[in-house]
Amino acid sequence: MSSNKPQDGPVRGPQHEPREGFSRRTFIEGVGIGAGAVGALGAPERVRAAGNDVLGPDPVSITLNINGKSHDLMVEPRVTLIDALRNRLDHTGAKKVCDRATCGACTVIVDGSPVYSCTMLAIEAQGRRIETIEGISTEDSMHAVQTKFVEHDAQQCGFCTPGLVMAGKAIAERNPRPSMADVESGLSGNICRCGTYVGVRKAVYEAARGESA
Amino acid sequence: MATKYDWPAVEDRSLIGKRHHRVDGPEKARGAAKYSYDRNLDGMLVARLVTSTVPHGRIIGIDTSAAQRVNGYKGHVNILNVGDEVQWVGTEILAICADTEEHARDVAAAVAVHFEELPHWVKDEDVKKAGEANRVKPAKDDTKGPDLAEAWNSADATVEGYYGLRVITHCCLEPHGQVVDWTGDDITVYASTQAVARIPADLAKGLSRDESIGTISADNIHVITPYMGGGFGSKFNIDTWGIACAKLSKMAGKPVKLMLDRNEELMVAGGRPSDYGNVKIGAKQDGTLVAYESETWSTGGIAGRGSPPLPYVYNNEERLAQKARHLNVSTNIGPARAWRAPNHPQAAVLTMCPMEDLAAKLDMDPVEFFKKNADLTARPEVYRYEIDKCAEMIGWKEKWHKRGDSGPGPVKRGLGLSLHTWGGRPHDSTCEVRIQPDGGVSVNMASQDLGVGTYTTLSVVAAETLGLQIPDIKVNIGSSKLPISGASGGSTTVGGTSASTRRATVNALEELKGVVAESLGVEAGDLVAKEGKIFAKSDASKSLSWQDACKKLGTRTITGHGKQPDRDGGKLNDSGVGGVQMADVSVDVETGVVTINKIAAVQDVGLVICLEQCESQVYGSLIQGVGWALYEESIYDQATGKMLNPDMEFYKLAGAGDIGEMEVHMVQNKYDDRGVIGIGEPPAISPGAAISNAVANAIGVRVPTLPLTPDRVLAALANT
Repeated sequence: MSSNKPQDGPVRGPQHEPREGFSRRTFIEGVGIGAGAVGALGAPERVRAAGNDVLGPDPVSITLNINGKSHDLMVEPRVTLIDALRNRLDHTGAKKVCDRATCGACTVIVDGSPVYSCTMLAIEAQGRRIETIEGISTEDSMHAVQTKFVEHDAQQCGFCTPGLVMAGKAIAERNPRPSMADVESGLSGNICRCGTYVGVRKAVYEAARGESA
Repeated sequence: MATKYDWPAVEDRSLIGKRHHRVDGPEKARGAAKYSYDRNLDGMLVARLVTSTVPHGRIIGIDTSAAQRVNGYKGHVNILNVGDEVQWVGTEILAICADTEEHARDVAAAVAVHFEELPHWVKDEDVKKAGEANRVKPAKDDTKGPDLAEAWNSADATVEGYYGLRVITHCCLEPHGQVVDWTGDDITVYASTQAVARIPADLAKGLSRDESIGTISADNIHVITPYMGGGFGSKFNIDTWGIACAKLSKMAGKPVKLMLDRNEELMVAGGRPSDYGNVKIGAKQDGTLVAYESETWSTGGIAGRGSPPLPYVYNNEERLAQKARHLNVSTNIGPARAWRAPNHPQAAVLTMCPMEDLAAKLDMDPVEFFKKNADLTARPEVYRYEIDKCAEMIGWKEKWHKRGDSGPGPVKRGLGLSLHTWGGRPHDSTCEVRIQPDGGVSVNMASQDLGVGTYTTLSVVAAETLGLQIPDIKVNIGSSKLPISGASGGSTTVGGTSASTRRATVNALEELKGVVAESLGVEAGDLVAKEGKIFAKSDASKSLSWQDACKKLGTRTITGHGKQPDRDGGKLNDSGVGGVQMADVSVDVETGVVTINKIAAVQDVGLVICLEQCESQVYGSLIQGVGWALYEESIYDQATGKMLNPDMEFYKLAGAGDIGEMEVHMVQNKYDDRGVIGIGEPPAISPGAAISNAVANAIGVRVPTLPLTPDRVLAALANT
């Protein structure tokens, strides 16, 4: 006989793991100090520094600075930045796809660096400058990377697009003269299923270099 | 005989066949496009599935008592019940809902399901072992063409080999799922689907099976899908999770979102059947193919599935002696779903790879060998032209060498090719075009845009017909309340929707011309709509701008209707295309790593509507092809019956740096008179065979099974 019943223990709270596969926690422990894991591992220290012994499992009040605007919200400490953005603030441009720091669909820019928002806790994003796809364009004017995405048909279903645009924007801001290899390397953390890389590479390359079509 | 509905002659086309940017491009690039997963409705609950943890078993207990005490629990519905059998890990058993996503995870994890385990089998490549486990059933045994024994006697050279492809999975980035809002008698479904018009009846049928719900009319169900995040053949039905989601919404009196988890998406919502086979193929010394014989087997889950059409493309029944046997292997893995060009990618590997091996044995250049036998195909002229064009694009003459003759050093370079075919007949479609007194034009139908460019193609067709520009047209699709149009599968959408739109637009314009003719004092038949004006052919001074022409309508809105098929509606579409692809690869024989240098593709699809989106379909096919040729496979463990890589770090897709250079050529102005033919499937067929052939050319041996991972490449080298 087999059962999917979990081990005895509390049936709520962050210590309770999903039934199958990696949990986010064991994943982070497994990979050690990765780019996305730094923030998560820093959480307890920060909390202690603030004079708190325990954080959660009940919701806590946090403030996030998103696209230059301050947002107050209540979230459980385990809530990831992607879930806070999408489920609490209706910023649905960033997508949740792999939910474990592989595909880049959830990419947002935090303090100038592209970050997998599925692997950063919302509480850890406090006090940091969060830029999402919603913040880089208006209906009338798009960021150069976005304009180039349209020009080179760098999108099909479009589900990976916001993440690729944000990764592309970060590449462009860091390197005004990237080679195509630099572009490929900068995009290597983002996955597209429809197969749009031919257009994406051209779009990011030209946008970074300020080239017109 | 020409009709008023026929496509304009090439000299009269200002938009059709040209390069246009995707009309929904800005919305997607800005992250403003709303997908089903993005819907956040007031009071919405979040649902999750509880699925089978065993590959084969009977449910002996479902205990939700602990789950119901979990913070945030709002309800659950059973999909299966005690006594039901599960046949693969991930089988949907029940759905729960809670107030937040986090609580939904807690609730689902607190449900306990107990199973009596039954024997399982998940291995498909070793057909002998599968047979011993009583998992193999004959599926096909066809003998066609000239006498096989005589043909083998006449062959000067034969090759016998083993070839195969592993099970792969769709891995749609937007997982399967939907938001359902059941309010009173009305059910609104934001479904991630390839079949907007089909979902209402599918859901109504599923709900009506539940006696406690009673009969539900499809008319009360409204499906809304303006955007969807990838389907590739896997999203035609409402599925158990859609029905459960609707029941939860009714029960809770609130909207409910249920999107599959990533591991569920990979385990149960995708799956392209494997195919393996022993193939024997023979030719005369001059390269004329005389016989093809295959014994193949495949799995697509418990029901088997996956019989490839063999021999592929080269299948003339009068001149090629042929025999194809197929066996189905039943496995306890997630059931197969249609994947772009079902069974054709497998057939291409099982035909084009043995052909390449035979060319090598005959000491012939495969380009010459494939061309020489083009008469065995349904489209000799198309393929000969395309092979030459593609060879030019990849630099075949300069770069090709005899098999294995790759020079010194650990990195070997090689070229390979493959041919493919597909039907792509138009699906049924109805369209309503409206012309408003303010000059506004809308195209309305319950179709969908999977990312293939439906918004753009319909804009082009209507704008071309009315002498307007693309931004002048508003395309309304993605709602089941609009005129019914077919599901997007099998490359049927562009042929069906472009024809219904053309006819509807011609009909609407005719009505407008009637009004304009009266006010200009000319015959309606003398009027043409071009460059934003309606004017008389006989006297261009009798002219109105589009806006002024529409003003003559007063307060009346014109509606033009068009459908596909339509016997009197002109020659607008067709089916049956050919394409050729060639790959240039490098293989490091020390590490086994294969690198793509370049892939070239030439594709015929009759009349191209939007060149840019058409090319994008081909680029996408090639990139997906690099994935399943080199990296992708669903790996199952016999001991536990589980998929070992239902995630995106170990189920590997191609990245931006993996694809090399790509060049696409659409054949235009050659077969335009055939009308429009679909593009989604054909280019998705050949990449695996072309890449495998290039690897064989590079390293001098065949790596039998795709994906061509480093271990398989090294094993093949070690066997020489």
